Amino acid sequence: MRIRVGWQRGLIELRQSFTNPAELLSHFLWPILMLVALFFLRNRDFGSTGFQLGALALPSILGMNAAMGMVSISQLLTADRADGTLLRAKAIPNGLVGYVVGKVVSVGGGLIADLAILLIPALFLVDGISLGSAHWLTLGWVLLLGLVATLPIGAVLGSVFTTARSQGLIQLPMLGLIAISGIFYPITALPSWLEWIGQVTPIYWMGLGMRSALLPSPAVEVDGSWRHLETAAVLGVWAVAGLLLAPVVLRRMARRESGSKVAERREQALRRVA
Amino acid sequence: MVLTVDGLRMRYGDTEVLHDVSFDAGPGEVVALLGPNGAGKSTTIEILEGFRLRSAGRVEVLGVDPAAGDERWRSRLGIVLQSWRDHGNWRVRELLHHLGSYYAPYATSAEPRPWPTDELLDAVGLTAHAGQKIRTLSGGQRRRLDVAIGIVGRPNVLFLDEPTAGFDPEARSEFHDLVRRLAAEQDTTILLTTHDLDEASKLAHRILVLTAGRIIAAGTTAQLTKLIAGEDEVRWTIDGRPFRKSTEDSTAFVRGLFATYGEAVAELEVRRASLEDTYLALVREQS
Repeated sequence: MRIRVGWQRGLIELRQSFTNPAELLSHFLWPILMLVALFFLRNRDFGSTGFQLGALALPSILGMNAAMGMVSISQLLTADRADGTLLRAKAIPNGLVGYVVGKVVSVGGGLIADLAILLIPALFLVDGISLGSAHWLTLGWVLLLGLVATLPIGAVLGSVFTTARSQGLIQLPMLGLIAISGIFYPITALPSWLEWIGQVTPIYWMGLGMRSALLPSPAVEVDGSWRHLETAAVLGVWAVAGLLLAPVVLRRMARRESGSKVAERREQALRRVA
Repeated sequence: MVLTVDGLRMRYGDTEVLHDVSFDAGPGEVVALLGPNGAGKSTTIEILEGFRLRSAGRVEVLGVDPAAGDERWRSRLGIVLQSWRDHGNWRVRELLHHLGSYYAPYATSAEPRPWPTDELLDAVGLTAHAGQKIRTLSGGQRRRLDVAIGIVGRPNVLFLDEPTAGFDPEARSEFHDLVRRLAAEQDTTILLTTHDLDEASKLAHRILVLTAGRIIAAGTTAQLTKLIAGEDEVRWTIDGRPFRKSTEDSTAFVRGLFATYGEAVAELEVRRASLEDTYLALVREQS
């Protein structure tokens, strides 16, 4: 029952995010920018590997987008705490479970929709990737396991930061992680210590998993292998860690919410405006 | 008793914000916690809501310690929060319907839950705005939605923290009607905090005056007025010169005035001690 109410909540929020102009823009802006980039990369070869740059970049971008759900869920959580959404959830029976399930459904659903928005037009644009040769099953499990690995971690990050301003601080390290995650540049070209850090993040493995689903050969990867086993292991560890940590951190955060806390934050925000 | 508070204490570090607060409330009773800002009203109500842990004392809401209340217990509570900008993208009816669905598993034949959405919209006067996005509501409409959310589960106890802050007089009077109806028709026990004495005396069966973490007086409006004998104020003029006197027995004073000055007394004015003066006197005495 709690799950069902949360599921409904997620679907309502998902629908809202596709019927509201500002959010609609954010769903389409990023994919469109990426498509423009892919369009200019489409005929560029990647060294002597026989790959085209566009074909390499597309699955990596898909993987990165999905991993970025981590950032968006943490932002949403911080915002919802500040404006009292979370307190409202706390005031009703099973409200917090419903809230969290709803958030996972709406963010996860939004990511899958965004993925389709980018992937479908890109298939017509980029040579070397075709629907026929794609491994849809691989794409499916990488995506799902990736979401389970990243969304709870995002929720933990969202609970740690109390204001939208301090929450903005995670953007910078996140950009750094993206830079070394092998999305825009093969990770093998990095100094080995950066290569190691890159391979700890779920971003790298989601990119790798996506490439394994959409590209014909792992010639430019580490060890020349798709390393599915390692992908599942690393994402699995993140997933378990996140699922263990998230309920504890969320509960601790929720416990501290009260009407006067929200009122305090409202006053602070109003003062900032004035 | 629906609410029992006995020897409640709360301290943050070295500062004690509640010292020995005790009161109780029965079914259908409306109790107002009245006091200036910082008196400890919100802290008290948040402890009862289960949102804050107390330092000492016995607290029971519907027979359960709020610190140990489960979801079934919570389903019988209504909390009216001060909304700000949460759920701005939701539509009024959609949110009310969704939040109501959390209460459905706790329905009994005697207490059907949740309150049917359309009936509730009608009861709080939001039918015309049912399809509107919440962020487009006016302050008063938003507040009525807050109340609707607080009562969608047909609570046995309702908590209202500063319910009419920022209301215009019309919205305030409509809100008062709604609260009185809830207590009378649904037998809901209502605890509200306010720093507005007029509101407390209009709504509450019983007023608890809280200042600096202590309940310094409690009773009905009439009892409170009598409790602290406020002084009446008499003003008059003699030969155009104004005079003014505070007295506990204005009738006797005026009788004496006429006996002494007779026809010379003009522009006589007697202002009886109001509850407002009583309240201010009480609060001033404490601080």
